[in-house]
Amino acid sequence: MSGDILLISLAGVLTAAAPVIFAVIGETISERAGIINLSMNGTILLAAMGSFTVALATKSLILGFLAGALIGGFVAAIVAFASVTLRQSQVAVGFVLAVLCRDLSYFLGNPVMGEAGPRLSSSPIPLAASIPILGPLLFRQDVMTYLSILLIPLAWVFVFRTRPGLVLRGIGEKPSAAYVRGANIGRLRYRYAVIGGAIAGLAGPIYSLSVKAGWKGTISGLDGIGWIVLAVTIFGGWNPVRAAFGAYLFSLLQWLGLVLQPAMPGVPAQVLQVAPFPLMILTLLLVNVGNAEWVERSLARLPEPTRRWLSKLLRAMNATPPAALGTPFEDGE
Amino acid sequence: MRDSRGMRAFFQVGGIVFALALTTVVLVASKAPPFAAYLNIALGAFGSWEVFSNVLVSWVPLLLATSGLLLTFTVGLWNIGIEGQITFGAIFATWAMRSLQGGGTDPAFVIMLSILAGALGGILWAMLAGALKTFGGVNEIFGGLGLNFVATAVNLWLIFGPWKRPGIASMSGTVPFDKALWLPTLTAQSRLSPSSIAIAVAGIVLVYVLISGTHFGLRLKAVGRNPRAAYLLGIPTWQYMMTSFAICGAFAGLAGAIQVTAVYHRLIPSISSGYGYLGMMVAMLVNYRAALAAPVALFFAALNVGSIQLPIVLKLDSSLAGVLQGTLVLFVLLAQGAREFFARKGGKR
Repeated sequence: MSGDILLISLAGVLTAAAPVIFAVIGETISERAGIINLSMNGTILLAAMGSFTVALATKSLILGFLAGALIGGFVAAIVAFASVTLRQSQVAVGFVLAVLCRDLSYFLGNPVMGEAGPRLSSSPIPLAASIPILGPLLFRQDVMTYLSILLIPLAWVFVFRTRPGLVLRGIGEKPSAAYVRGANIGRLRYRYAVIGGAIAGLAGPIYSLSVKAGWKGTISGLDGIGWIVLAVTIFGGWNPVRAAFGAYLFSLLQWLGLVLQPAMPGVPAQVLQVAPFPLMILTLLLVNVGNAEWVERSLARLPEPTRRWLSKLLRAMNATPPAALGTPFEDGE
Repeated sequence: MRDSRGMRAFFQVGGIVFALALTTVVLVASKAPPFAAYLNIALGAFGSWEVFSNVLVSWVPLLLATSGLLLTFTVGLWNIGIEGQITFGAIFATWAMRSLQGGGTDPAFVIMLSILAGALGGILWAMLAGALKTFGGVNEIFGGLGLNFVATAVNLWLIFGPWKRPGIASMSGTVPFDKALWLPTLTAQSRLSPSSIAIAVAGIVLVYVLISGTHFGLRLKAVGRNPRAAYLLGIPTWQYMMTSFAICGAFAGLAGAIQVTAVYHRLIPSISSGYGYLGMMVAMLVNYRAALAAPVALFFAALNVGSIQLPIVLKLDSSLAGVLQGTLVLFVLLAQGAREFFARKGGKR
């Protein structure tokens, strides 16, 4: 493979990862506030269909993207309402919404299926685009890919280096302490669930108006991505930078699956497409196994150099969820 | 406000009315005649014995999936991996069929063995998710989701690779089995087999008895309500979780095996047909109680089969069934929350 083709392919990996990054960072923010938004798979499909329909009708890409964010925020608001106000299981409501929004997108999207709609074009950055290697890789992308790259440090700084970010971590980690310090847990959880949902909702239009432009119903190839997003969020250990790394890893693996296809003619394309999943399970195992008690015990029995090396590796991979994730907060009613 | 039986019913009916209203709004918004759409679904499901027998054909795997899930829900587990467990049941059943057919074994015996092999496949795939959960700390939702994708991949690989039709591999699946090895159906044209109905009914009865009439079920409930307290009381928590995973896997595997031996007579790419996820919706709608599972599963199966004609007759997408099922479950959940909300507000006064 020549260098140019490799560069273009890697640039394509960055583009393909953009929607996953938006969705994963949105989900990370929501889960940091203590709300699991399990509806992701339906949210992305409904946002993709809705934004495509809006962009098609209004001929405006901006309105299309806006519609995607609105849909994502609205679905997240239902999850927040059910869990914060009604104190129902977030997982149950999220799962139902994942299925319901998927079917709703297929039903409502039927009339626009297969229509040619507007598509986001790439906007090379003058001067920077002609830098060798970096130019074709980074600076000939479309606006949303640039934004996805910018979103990573922005989200990290917000979560770990700002005052509202501190409160955000507090309401997911130890809501009672944040409550004593005067934070309105319920309202903040609503706010971050909706903001996270809106950011994740943008993944929809990034697919239907750019990466996989158009709406093709059940064969749009978007069913399943939301579930991957949830797995990558855990892989990311609720840290925007690590989550983005997971998103890039996933896109890279899917691209490798396509590249390796000709080398393995006996293996159907659909099999290589799912190649990242066993790896995802394996990494989830590595990320979580350090929390298990029997691992500590068996580690203690190993000879010293191996033990130190292994426990260091496990600690580096390990991630613990926000302590109050998925639990309702009873503010002394 | 007292949390009486009447209140409960009021909010449940309210949830159902809201769900129907919202689905009607969706229909009107897509410029479809709502009444004609509902009538079409009803006729498509109950209009003739022929279509109703199709409803029963789809009721069997749905009820089996729901029955298994009632056990995992009771112990507090979200076995989303059930789709993969159905697929693996189908794979194992096909494998047993392929290795035994033409070997001179009694056909009835081969069918029985392959259905048992299906149950075994489901158990193995469920235990994998269970082991990831209990020994690896991987949440069963995410382990299960990943395993679903892997099961789909294995299925496709078999259909397009080792088990492909002579000549050309295709999405239509593997070579159909000998006619002698099809699970006997009511009539030659029908796909409805009495024995599969018997298996499904026996399954839900077994689960009902297990949960509400045995010590085992009582302990499952204890683990589901409060695993820590149950553990301190001396209930081996993880064994109970693994056991419920295994039983649910067996039910899912049976569903997959029946799809292979009675309905399709071969392995096809989308063999699980979404019955696993639909089973989760049924279990949620009946609030995880076994008594109502059979009729609600029948209703969901009727919606699915009834909507098949929608694209042809009314130019509507058949996912309308899923929209109606989803809004029903969502609004019944929300209504339950609203009832508790008002009960809390009332209690404070």
